[in-house]
Amino acid sequence: MRTALRIAALVAILAALIVAPQYLRNYGIYLLSLWSLFAIAAMGLNLTLGYAGQMSLAQAAFLGIGAYAVALLVKAGVPFWVGVPLATLVAFAVGLLLGFPALRVQHHYLAFATLGFNVLVYLAIRNEDWLTGGSMGIGQVMGFAGMPRPSIFGYSLRRGIDFYYLCLAMLCLSTLLVWLLLRSPWGRAFAALRDNPVRAESLAIDIRAYTLLAFAIGAGLAGFAGAFYAPLVQLFDPSPFGLLESLSLLLMVVVGGSGRFWGPHIGAALVLLLPHWLQALLPAWLGPPDQWYLFVFGIAVLVLLTWCPGGLLAIPDRLRARAQ
Amino acid sequence: MFADLAQLTISGLATGAIYALAAMGFTLLWQTSSTINFAQGEFVMVPAFIMLGFLGIGMPLIFAFALTLAASALIFGVGFKRAVVDPMIRHGVLPLAIAAMALSLALQQGVKLVFGAEARSVPDILPDGVTRIVGVAVSYRDVGVLVISFVLILGLQLFLARTLTGRAMQASAQNPDGARVLGINVDRMILYTFLANAALASIAALLVTPIYLAKFDLGGPLGLKAFCAAIIGGFNQMHGALAGGLLIGVIENLTGAYFAPQYKDAAALVLFVIVILFKPEGLFGRREERRV
Repeated sequence: MRTALRIAALVAILAALIVAPQYLRNYGIYLLSLWSLFAIAAMGLNLTLGYAGQMSLAQAAFLGIGAYAVALLVKAGVPFWVGVPLATLVAFAVGLLLGFPALRVQHHYLAFATLGFNVLVYLAIRNEDWLTGGSMGIGQVMGFAGMPRPSIFGYSLRRGIDFYYLCLAMLCLSTLLVWLLLRSPWGRAFAALRDNPVRAESLAIDIRAYTLLAFAIGAGLAGFAGAFYAPLVQLFDPSPFGLLESLSLLLMVVVGGSGRFWGPHIGAALVLLLPHWLQALLPAWLGPPDQWYLFVFGIAVLVLLTWCPGGLLAIPDRLRARAQ
Repeated sequence: MFADLAQLTISGLATGAIYALAAMGFTLLWQTSSTINFAQGEFVMVPAFIMLGFLGIGMPLIFAFALTLAASALIFGVGFKRAVVDPMIRHGVLPLAIAAMALSLALQQGVKLVFGAEARSVPDILPDGVTRIVGVAVSYRDVGVLVISFVLILGLQLFLARTLTGRAMQASAQNPDGARVLGINVDRMILYTFLANAALASIAALLVTPIYLAKFDLGGPLGLKAFCAAIIGGFNQMHGALAGGLLIGVIENLTGAYFAPQYKDAAALVLFVIVILFKPEGLFGRREERRV
């Protein structure tokens, strides 16, 4: 019965996401596309952090690696649909490399190591103008139109609404893949790694391999999202791939509920969509929410965490525990 | 050639001493209450703006600083401990660290909201001017920063090692249960470390902002370098934080001058990654065991 209810809710939400663009203007459709892609990247981080217990503050860097990789590949004449798996692979490989420090250090050390990595990637993108266009943006090396939107089976996805459906399809695909991964023995091994690495090792789980994989798969998903982020925004510079964005991605995961399957979807919606809904709902004298939203959000996360560290999706459990 | 190198080293040491101040506070909080203060950089940035606020209403610098010190002890000492650390610590190290990240986001954005995004100049307490010692130009400011930092750090070391309260603080850090048995008010000792951290951060703000200007995003790189300094020196050793800070300051300066100015900020990170890969306990730290 509960499963049936869940499936019904899922179908309803998906249906709403499919019909929503009919009632939205271009900017609303753009926001929904953005949400789809950030949900994919946050899902990757949820795998690394929530399921495998490996702290990472570099998710935005992988988003950037994916975006720049696909843009530069397309510029070099590689077809977009070949560029996407290649960009994902690049992010996966770099994530694997970033996993090596995780074999030596844990928790907060790892948080700062990955944070440092994010700063390095950001500096490299900003400073190597000849390759990336530097702080002037990708338009410097790709021309004023930036990254072109792809077509699929000869059907152009240039229009915002068509590209949104592509992003949504990719979100569904990623969600399905992550679900399958988590139900596989690999997924169980990730959770074992998080809950008690020493015991996991004693049960013959190769914690080295799984730690590296947790990073690589999480990074690969962000790279995959980045590969679609590039044609979504078309013109971009290094700024969306900095520390603040990595922190936002982390808070998306934590707010939704780290280690909860739907946490990233909810967290991404709260961070990306809520300020715009608020703009419509709140009186104008408060000013545009994008000025104060992150401040309020930071405080709200702080309050939520002190009260219920498991995130929003853990609140029902917590209320139930209190009722008993 | 030599003169340049010496000059760069001295100004690097001065910057490094400021990193060391922030790093010491970091280490203190970690030792006594397992708090990884991700908002450490903001603990430096916000006092700078509080001080600007007091200066703005026409207060002389010294009073403005004294009031800032008090305000920051209240907010980042008592307030931070009671409102964030105490409720979060039972959930573990990582949730607390994430809460501190949320706090750092809120502080950054809050300051941006109130004071705007542009950088502001802060008056300097240290004298301007340069003297020459055997052909090396040494600025009074660098010497002043070094002297103040060393006096503070030495004073803190002496306080921790020689006074009863200091020893009780150390005991609370090393073995809280044992300290309680001996009748030490552990919670109070932990509060003292939070106050010390807030004071160190405010003084770091006083020393760093006249050069680097006060801006809402000042805390990010500063906190990062403070943490790198703490790790490089060894997270469980106070003098390690000092050594780490000085090392980062110098290497950063030399990288900027001789290698690539645009990668100056990366120097600390590269050093940090090398240290954690080959000597994760830090240059002066003790190894900690893994528990099941």
